[in-house]
Amino acid sequence: MVPARAAFLALTLVSGAQASPHEFTLANGLRLIVKEDHRAPTVVHQVWYRAGSMDESPGTTGVAHVLEHMMFKGTRRFGLGEFSRLVAEAGGRDNAFTSTDFTVYHEQVHRDRLPLVMQLEADRMANLVIRPEEFAREIKVVMEERRRSYEDRPRSLLIESLLSTAFAAHPYKWPTIGWMEDLENMSWRDARDWYKHWYAPNNAIVVVVGDVDPQKVLAWARRSYGALARKATPARKTLAEPAQRGAKRVTVKAPAELPYVRLGYKAPVLRDTAKDWEPFAISLVAELLGGSDAARLHQVLVRERRVATSISADYEMVSRGPGMVFVEAAAAQGRSGAELETGVREVIAGVAASGVSAEELNRARVQLLAQLVYKRDSFFAQALELGELEASGLSFRDADRIAGRLKEITVDQIRAAAARYLVDDGLTVAVLDPQPLNPRPASAVVPRVKP
Amino acid sequence: MTLSAAAPAEAGVKIDHWTAESGARVNFVESHALPIVDVAVEFAAGSAYDSREQAGLGRLTLAMLKAGSSRYSETEASRRIADAGAQLQENFDLDRAGFALRSLSSEAERKAATQTLADMLQAPLFPVEAFEREKASAIANAREAETQPDRVAERRLYALMYPAHPYGFSETPDTLASIRREDVERHYRSCYGAARAVVTIVGDLDRNAARALAEELTSRLSKGTDPALAPVAALPAGATLRVAHPSTQSHVLLGAAALARADPDYFPLFVGNYSLGGGGFMSRLLREIREKRGYAYSVYSYFRPYEREGPFLVGLETRRDQAREALELARAVVGEFVKHGPTEAELKAAKKSLVGGFPLRIDTNHKILEQIAAIGFYRLPLAWLDEFPARVEGVTLAQVRSAFARRIDPEKLSIVVVGAPD
Repeated sequence: MVPARAAFLALTLVSGAQASPHEFTLANGLRLIVKEDHRAPTVVHQVWYRAGSMDESPGTTGVAHVLEHMMFKGTRRFGLGEFSRLVAEAGGRDNAFTSTDFTVYHEQVHRDRLPLVMQLEADRMANLVIRPEEFAREIKVVMEERRRSYEDRPRSLLIESLLSTAFAAHPYKWPTIGWMEDLENMSWRDARDWYKHWYAPNNAIVVVVGDVDPQKVLAWARRSYGALARKATPARKTLAEPAQRGAKRVTVKAPAELPYVRLGYKAPVLRDTAKDWEPFAISLVAELLGGSDAARLHQVLVRERRVATSISADYEMVSRGPGMVFVEAAAAQGRSGAELETGVREVIAGVAASGVSAEELNRARVQLLAQLVYKRDSFFAQALELGELEASGLSFRDADRIAGRLKEITVDQIRAAAARYLVDDGLTVAVLDPQPLNPRPASAVVPRVKP
Repeated sequence: MTLSAAAPAEAGVKIDHWTAESGARVNFVESHALPIVDVAVEFAAGSAYDSREQAGLGRLTLAMLKAGSSRYSETEASRRIADAGAQLQENFDLDRAGFALRSLSSEAERKAATQTLADMLQAPLFPVEAFEREKASAIANAREAETQPDRVAERRLYALMYPAHPYGFSETPDTLASIRREDVERHYRSCYGAARAVVTIVGDLDRNAARALAEELTSRLSKGTDPALAPVAALPAGATLRVAHPSTQSHVLLGAAALARADPDYFPLFVGNYSLGGGGFMSRLLREIREKRGYAYSVYSYFRPYEREGPFLVGLETRRDQAREALELARAVVGEFVKHGPTEAELKAAKKSLVGGFPLRIDTNHKILEQIAAIGFYRLPLAWLDEFPARVEGVTLAQVRSAFARRIDPEKLSIVVVGAPD
């Protein structure tokens, strides 16, 4: 197909024009990665701590995320609310997120305000104050967050159950937000201990992308982060998941209308960008199965057989822990969860048994390569890519190698990867069993009465 | 630590505006920094142009544009888009219906993608089989939505805020079931004319190529007429609707029709709302309801301006047994704010944040596309973005107080609580 070739050409030109990031390590072990991009007078600043829910223990699940909330509660130097006030008055946006693998704090500001946010992040890296009364209020907020994102969202509950079923030993088996029971039993001391253990310059990576001069950023980093002392972090155990020996399944009952299934297949992740080929092949398999309307699952199950109303596949090849290919699908009206699951598994088995056409592979490849180009429209997305690679034990330099590796994958490798990983032995199926809402009859409009 | 004065606004976004041969309005921002072209084509064909009986027709019509056209079948069209590395997204709201297409700027890819979009927009066939499938899917999704407390709350609130205006219509399994293929064809004919079309182009192509692209996307459209959307009648008296749902949280929404896009009160309300519920941790609602009491994770207020008076909306979710307290507190915060307005210090902080943060509103092609598409659709001045910092800076305390007092009557807010306490 001609379009595919032309796209490769354009992409080659594109990667040649991109500035490569600068990398620095401060004396205290903090790593700094700076990528210049002068398209707009703004900058993204992200602090990545290599501590996520996979570093937690049973009984205190969710503490990484709870600490993330507490990081906005003031330090010895800046009182409660000062952090957000100073960033807001500088015209900045700030927030944070916690994942299984890391906790990330981020700010977007005009380039002139970068020194301010570096100073604020450096301050809370070492000087956080965790007040028991603030913790008591914030843990309630986190429980509301859990209710909102999980308890009342059947499809989120299904993801939670899928993971807790798929993993027997690895901490990916518990949700990053934590079990509600653990949140109820959590103490401010748990949050304090977490902070003491993991928040250190030698466990952090700072990523800066935007309209900046790398040498100036380094100078600011030395003045802010450079003043902090290195400290010992807990030894990390190797966390391995024993081999799965056959399909697992779990059912979740919750109020919903449409049957919904989510399948997870255990899969490898990227450890050596130069040598590994399977993660690239699996990325392409996920894309050609469920990356767009043109992908196989949509074509067969939504358009031809009308078993599903929506369907998609997803795989992250960069991860600290074990990988998984996910497929999610919602049933069409009148179709059962069983019909839906059978359909999905048939289409996937077809790829494992018979492989894919060169046309399908090229389509998936062009989509993934184009997405790498589109990512460059956003400083934030670029910073995420660099930080994720570094925090997962790879190198930010791998970002430039991914396109090249994707281009090398052949249809034979696609079939081999599918035949090895998209099989029942490593499969977990989670099925949503829709329950009637059963509302009490009273649902009435009442005129407002002035109090 | 030093805090310098607010950063000066940088060189703005240069918009090139013209009218296509067909009469469609076109706005173009040339930018060669990345090999990407973003195109949005939007029509005055949002849900406001549905009838109450056939609510959902607009959204279904938009979905059907992708289902096959004179040159490409549904499958061919989706493959052509994918083979070009392009991404096609449906945009649909109360006023607007259309697509945003993101493509590589290399000629072969861009042309394959835009030709496909051009045919979808101008020569759709509405195949019977695809219609039945899309209709069934819309009905299934509407049924699913009826089980989701957040969706139920929003739907019921809009119905209360707009009892007689199409902004309050919402699609249900019944309204969708009444739609026939001919209705879709009719809706397309009446709403997808050039007079109702706005084309926005941002990215790596020159003016000549942009002109040719705008022609390609609109020259085959019917002329069409520019619609006049009915005004929103006087505000309904406030009512509270409690809806039973087995959710662990109560979903609480308060709102009222308040602000049109081209309204002179836009800036006073926008700036004022920062201190009420738009400015995150800087806002009163978040401070009182989340920070001080831990009632909710998310609590906010916003104005969403449309062609006619779009809603002012306050929302929160909280554990069922504290929903009453949280709702009363939200009402009290809004009431107090409407009565007295923000403090001088709050207004100053809001302006600093909004002016200083202006560069973040236009630092990606995607954000520029969305801003320019709104400017084009609502016929805002082309200098709207350039003037934004000065307009924010110019807002006075008296203007905020006056605008809130005139636009928001705390006693007339419509209120919905889904998953209401027993």
